[in-house]
Amino acid sequence: MSDQPLSDWKPTRRQFLTATAISTAIGALPLQLYAAQSAVVPLDQYKPEFLNEAEWAFVMAATARLIPSGGNGPGAHEAHVPVFIDRQLAGKYGEASDWYMEGPHDPSADPALGYQTPLTPAQIYRQGIKEINTWCTNKHGKQFAELEPAQQDDVLTGLQKGDVKLPAELRDFFTLLLGNTKEGYFADPMYGGNHKMLAWSYIGFPGARASFKEWADQYNVAYPLGPVSISGERA
Amino acid sequence: MARKDPKKDVVIVGLGWTGAILGMELAQEGLEILALERGEDRDTVPDFKYPNIADELKYGVRYDLMQRPSASTLTIRRTLDETALPYRQLGSFLPGNGVGGAGIHWNGHTWRPQPEELRLRSYTIERFGKQTIPEDMLLEDYPVSYEDLEPHLDRFEHVAGISGQAGNLRGKIIPGGNPFEGARSRDLPLPPMPQTYDANLFAEAAKAMGYHPFPRPGSIASKSYVNEYGMQMGPCNFCGFCERFGCYNYSKGSPQVCILDALKRKPNFSYKTDSEVLRVELAPDKKTATGVSYFDHKAGEEVFQPADLVILCAYSLHNVHLLLLSGIGQPYDPVTGEGVTGRGYAYQMNGGVKLFFKDKHFNPFIGTGSNGMVIDDFGMNQIDYAREGFIGGSYISTGTTNGQPIRSMSLPPGSPAWGQGWKDAVGEWYGHSMSIGSHGSCMSYRNCYLDLDPTYKDRFGRPMMRMTFNWNENDIRMTQFMRVKMEEIAKSLNPDIMQSSFKKSGAMYDVRPYQTTHNVGGNAMGADPKKSVLNRYLQAHDVHNVFVMGAGAFPQNLEYNPTGMVGGLAYWAAHALRTDYLRQPRSLV
Repeated sequence: MSDQPLSDWKPTRRQFLTATAISTAIGALPLQLYAAQSAVVPLDQYKPEFLNEAEWAFVMAATARLIPSGGNGPGAHEAHVPVFIDRQLAGKYGEASDWYMEGPHDPSADPALGYQTPLTPAQIYRQGIKEINTWCTNKHGKQFAELEPAQQDDVLTGLQKGDVKLPAELRDFFTLLLGNTKEGYFADPMYGGNHKMLAWSYIGFPGARASFKEWADQYNVAYPLGPVSISGERA
Repeated sequence: MARKDPKKDVVIVGLGWTGAILGMELAQEGLEILALERGEDRDTVPDFKYPNIADELKYGVRYDLMQRPSASTLTIRRTLDETALPYRQLGSFLPGNGVGGAGIHWNGHTWRPQPEELRLRSYTIERFGKQTIPEDMLLEDYPVSYEDLEPHLDRFEHVAGISGQAGNLRGKIIPGGNPFEGARSRDLPLPPMPQTYDANLFAEAAKAMGYHPFPRPGSIASKSYVNEYGMQMGPCNFCGFCERFGCYNYSKGSPQVCILDALKRKPNFSYKTDSEVLRVELAPDKKTATGVSYFDHKAGEEVFQPADLVILCAYSLHNVHLLLLSGIGQPYDPVTGEGVTGRGYAYQMNGGVKLFFKDKHFNPFIGTGSNGMVIDDFGMNQIDYAREGFIGGSYISTGTTNGQPIRSMSLPPGSPAWGQGWKDAVGEWYGHSMSIGSHGSCMSYRNCYLDLDPTYKDRFGRPMMRMTFNWNENDIRMTQFMRVKMEEIAKSLNPDIMQSSFKKSGAMYDVRPYQTTHNVGGNAMGADPKKSVLNRYLQAHDVHNVFVMGAGAFPQNLEYNPTGMVGGLAYWAAHALRTDYLRQPRSLV
């Protein structure tokens, strides 16, 4: 599977393909359909839409520990996971616009009864990052992003296990952060993460190919083709 | 003041599978029919077209085709003394929304009930004695027999284009099919689909142990097909975007693919979207309905739609909610055991074993919603309830439906949830696992029911519906029995690593992880009006011009996925309407 970047490719940002109804595979679609793309900027030049400077620093640092760079496969940074998270929080996911958010709320209810906080995901990130940075400053004299990686891992483990306590309204913070990080790693690149489909190439998921009739009964043979994205990007 | 629209002969509430079936059948009688659908309109193009539909985040994770809890949800608790809280974001089950309903984003599994399941109370008493029935179990017979339903189950299978292998044709057992199924009057319309590697491994292992594997019957076309309405399906290409997605390839059966375009050509049928029915309106004597009131979201006003016949075809949970809000049937009270509306809500008891193989390539992204091989050797009619200590059964199957990496990433037990260890594990194990799943019965119990919530309101100020549901020890004993059988099969395949996931004694219902959208019961059909809302023709006992389709009619759940039964019941009820009720409107029993 090729991890090579396509130097002439500029993935779409928020444009959707508008043409053609039924096609056998995206490989059959002419590339000129994918016009009017806006450029993807390097991660260090990205201007967040929702996260403020401290929040961006936290998300950059935390995602780099949740899916580190180096070793096998891309890290969260190579995959632009922080961009994905910022855009999700800036949009309707961040606002919980599909969810029932009316009161009364019981954020301390048994977790098995589901999401019960009055806060939206965007609010949970905003307040959660603030709480964690305060906790880190009290304990270590520094904000989360400035800690050593091993210390950051300890904080994240504490959040995961509930040893670093957050108010009940924020108790889903780590679950959201980890879930969104993996979403950003594996979602179609049009949402800002999975840059150059690096994560799909790494695991061998062919993305939006979605046509495998001749492969169904070929047993125990690794599928040979790399991924395509919804916008027609190939790797 | 509410707008009043001109009267219709028939108003249909909800335009999914059953709304489309009833619309089509009654349109052929020349009646003026209006279907009211609270969601938006949807069609294969543009709503499910390629490549946009191949978007795991939008459809698989953010549930773009599903009901929005912000617009409609319910509250849930596990026990009578717990405070129910809103199901604020989707998790355990995923009701559909819009034209086509859950018939768009289902997997296509299409089963028939076993003859024994339709007379389960009588069967249990005759074979194993009354003492095998737990004191709190509401075990009932369906008021229809397998023989009654067979022509109608068959009809739905031929409308929805089922691929599969018959196991019992007119009493003759056919090799390669399910030998434990009820007799079919004719073969399935399409041959089975090819099977993927994991399904084949499972089938070979099961066969070696003396079991009877057969391909899963599904509304996934293995060849091009034209049904009785002239609607066309094309052969499936194993795209791996089936459950939670609309089919871009006209291969998965849905109201759109199998019925709606033919129905829309009928001049006496019309439908309105964004039209949310608020209640069924009853005449002062409460013995007949006069029509429905709905909120027209486009006009921004409430409308009274008069009609001679009201057919509820919404999702089962919404039908029960409408019945409770409309005062049809006495609400069920778990303390006294009296009342019928909301009585006997049930779900599905499933379990699974994951098998990890370092050296096998499963290509899990190659799949269909109904892919897989199945054994029914531990189904309802194969278990000795007295010996095993439970009433129930499961089918056991293997077959990948998708390899979408956000939601379908199986890692061995003990893998880290994050960090370098997680990243190494996804690289090492993606595509190297398969699973064996059980899909089993869930009985109805005194304390599992639906009523109106005392606290939470919906956006129209109506009380939300409240679900009280928890796992029951009878069904947990059933799933633990399946665990033993499935682990034996799994071990025979010699996986490098194996992991089982089955409910254990004392398990509490958790609304967060997806389990199944097989929510059944709450407006049971039955012979006794003291225990059921509907008679054997899905007609309300108390209000003869109200018929209610869907799985709410199940007195307890089947071992199987419900859609085949729901479709068969819809054709059964449509037949009664066409051949009897319309000639002389009255209670049919």
